[in-house]
Amino acid sequence: MTTTATRDILDTVEFDEGGFMVDPHAWTPEIAEAIAEREGLELTERHWVVIHFARDEFAKNGEAPTLRRITKTTDVSTKEIYKLFPGGPAKVAAKIAGLGKPTGCI
Amino acid sequence: MKTLLILGAGTGGTMVANRMTELLDTNEWRIVIIDRDETHYYQPGFLFIPFGTYKPEDVIKPKRNFLPPTVEVIFSDIEMIEPDENRVRLAKEGQVIYYDYLVIATGSHIHPEETEGMVNGGWQKNIFDFYTLDGATALSRFLRTWDGGRLVVNVAEMPIKCPVAPLEFLFLADAFFHERGIRNKVDLVYATPLPGAFTKPIASKKLGDMLERKNILLETDFNIGEVDSNKNVIRSWDEREIEYDLLVTVPTNMGADVIERSGMGDELNFVPIDKFTLQSDGWENIFVIGDAGNAPTSKAGSVAHFMLDVVVENILRHIEGLPLKPDFDGHANCYIESGFGKGILIDFNYETEPLPGKFPLPGIGPFSLLQESVANHWGKMSFRWIYWNVLLKGRKMPIESQMSMAGKWT
Ligand SMILES: Cc1cc2nc3c(=O)[nH]c(=O)nc-3n(C[C@H](O)[C@H](O)[C@H](O)COP(=O)(O)OP(=O)(O)OC[C@H]3O[C@@H](n4cnc5c(N)ncnc54)[C@H](O)[C@@H]3O)c2cc1C
Repeated sequence: MTTTATRDILDTVEFDEGGFMVDPHAWTPEIAEAIAEREGLELTERHWVVIHFARDEFAKNGEAPTLRRITKTTDVSTKEIYKLFPGGPAKVAAKIAGLGKPTGCI
Repeated sequence: MKTLLILGAGTGGTMVANRMTELLDTNEWRIVIIDRDETHYYQPGFLFIPFGTYKPEDVIKPKRNFLPPTVEVIFSDIEMIEPDENRVRLAKEGQVIYYDYLVIATGSHIHPEETEGMVNGGWQKNIFDFYTLDGATALSRFLRTWDGGRLVVNVAEMPIKCPVAPLEFLFLADAFFHERGIRNKVDLVYATPLPGAFTKPIASKKLGDMLERKNILLETDFNIGEVDSNKNVIRSWDEREIEYDLLVTVPTNMGADVIERSGMGDELNFVPIDKFTLQSDGWENIFVIGDAGNAPTSKAGSVAHFMLDVVVENILRHIEGLPLKPDFDGHANCYIESGFGKGILIDFNYETEPLPGKFPLPGIGPFSLLQESVANHWGKMSFRWIYWNVLLKGRKMPIESQMSMAGKWT
C-alpha cells in the first residue's frame, strides 16, 4: 500500500519505463523512502549502507556499482544483500538510490 | 635504448609483439614479452574437445613459433607490476624489468572456487568446465560413456569471455546426443544470470527461439549461490534449485591475479581503461589489449584483433607526443556454432546490437548475419587456420577494425 505522502513525492519525480529515475541528481533520501515503499520495502540502516555506497560510486564513476563491487567494498555480504533487496539486488538498490540500471553485463 | 614491455603472450600480446617489431626502430627499442606458459592455446577450439571434434593436440602450439626473433621472450611468472616506478618484477631469478611503455595482455581466467561448493565434491566427477584444456579434456572423457540424464549448463556471473560459448556448447551437445541416438534420454537446461539467452535484445530473442526449437530449457535471472554436491543441485541466491546429473559450469571470470596483487584492477581484477583509446585510466604509458581491460564489449579473440590497430597507433602517437585516437568502437564479430554443421554470425559494437542481414566479407563471404547457415559453420572452422596464420601474426584481415553497417538490416 503506498501512502498519499509517498504518492505525492513520486508524482514530482520522472521515471523511465523500467522504473529508474531519469535524473539521478534530483534524488533525495525522501524520494528513496518513497521508491522503496513502492517496491514494498522498508529501509533499515543496512539498506542505507548500500544506498549511500551506490550514490558515492555514482558521484565518482558516473554509474551504479555492480553487485560484486558492492559486496567486495562494503561489509554487506551477497547473502545479506539478496535479503535486503529481493529480486535482483543491484537493480533494486540502483532504483532506490535514484540511479540508472547498472550496466554490468555485455 | 628504450623498452616496450608486453605482459602475456596469448592472443593480444602476440599480435602486439609482431606488429610492433615492424613499426619500432630496433636500434632504439627493445621489445620484451613475458608469459608463464610456453604453450599457446587456441581457446576457441576448447569448445569442440568435449565432443571429440578436436583433440588436445589440435589446439596447442609452442608460443615461440609465433613470436619474431627480434623480440626477447622470457618465460616466467609475473610477480608484480609497479606502475609508479615503471617496472615489473618477475618470479624467475628475481628479475626486474624497467619499461618506457607497458602493454597489459594477461587475459581473463576462470575461478570455480568463487562459487561455494563448486570445487569440493563433484568437481571433475560430474562437474566440469570447458574454458580450460584440462576441463574440456576431462569432460570429453566423461561424455564418451555417459548414457544420459539432466545436463545443466550454468554461467556463474557476467562478464565471461566469449559470451556465446555456453550457447554453442548447448547447440553442439544437442547435435552430439542426437547423433549418438540418446537425445531422448538427455534433458538440456541453460541456467543464466541474464534476463534472456544473450546480452543484446534482438540476438537474445533469436537465440532464445533456437533454444526452444532444440528443446533446451532456459532458466533466466539465475544467480548461482552454491553447488550442493550431496543432492546434485545448484541453488541461486534467491533460493531456486536446479537439479543436475552433469553440471557444465562457466565459472566466474577474472583478470589475472598479478593485476590484483599490483592493485591495478577493479572488483574482478580487470584494468580500468578508456574504452575508445585503450589507454589505462591510471597511467599514460600503459595500454591494455584483449580480455585484461574493462572495456564494455565482448571478451573475444576477434575483439582483441580489432583493438590491435588502435593500441599500436596510440602507443606510436604517445611516443611522438600526439593526441590519442579514440577509435576503438567496441567491434565484435563472432561465429556461433549451432550444431548439425551450421552456424550463425553476429557482428556488433558499443552502439549497435547484432542485426540480421548479410556480412559482405570480400573474397570469402557473404555470410548470413543472425541466421543459421552452412557457410557460417565453415567460417568458424576456418577460424583456427586464420588464428594461427593471420591473426596472431598481427596481419591485416579483410575486415575493418571499425564496424560497418553495410548489408545490415535496420
Ligand atoms: C571456450 C572458449 C571459446 C572461445 N571462442 C572464441 C571464438 O569463437 N572467437 C573468439 O574470437 N574468441 C573466442 N574465445 C575467447 C578468446 O580465446 C580470448 O578472448 C582471447 O584469447 C583473449 O586474448 P588475451 O590476449 O586477452 O588473453 P589470453 O590469450 O588468454 O592470454 C593471456 C596470457 O597471459 C598469461 N599470463 C597471465 N597472468 C600471468 C602471470 N602472472 N605471469 C605470466 N603470464 C601470465 C597467460 O599465460 C596467457 O598466455 C573463446 C574462449 C574460450 C575459453
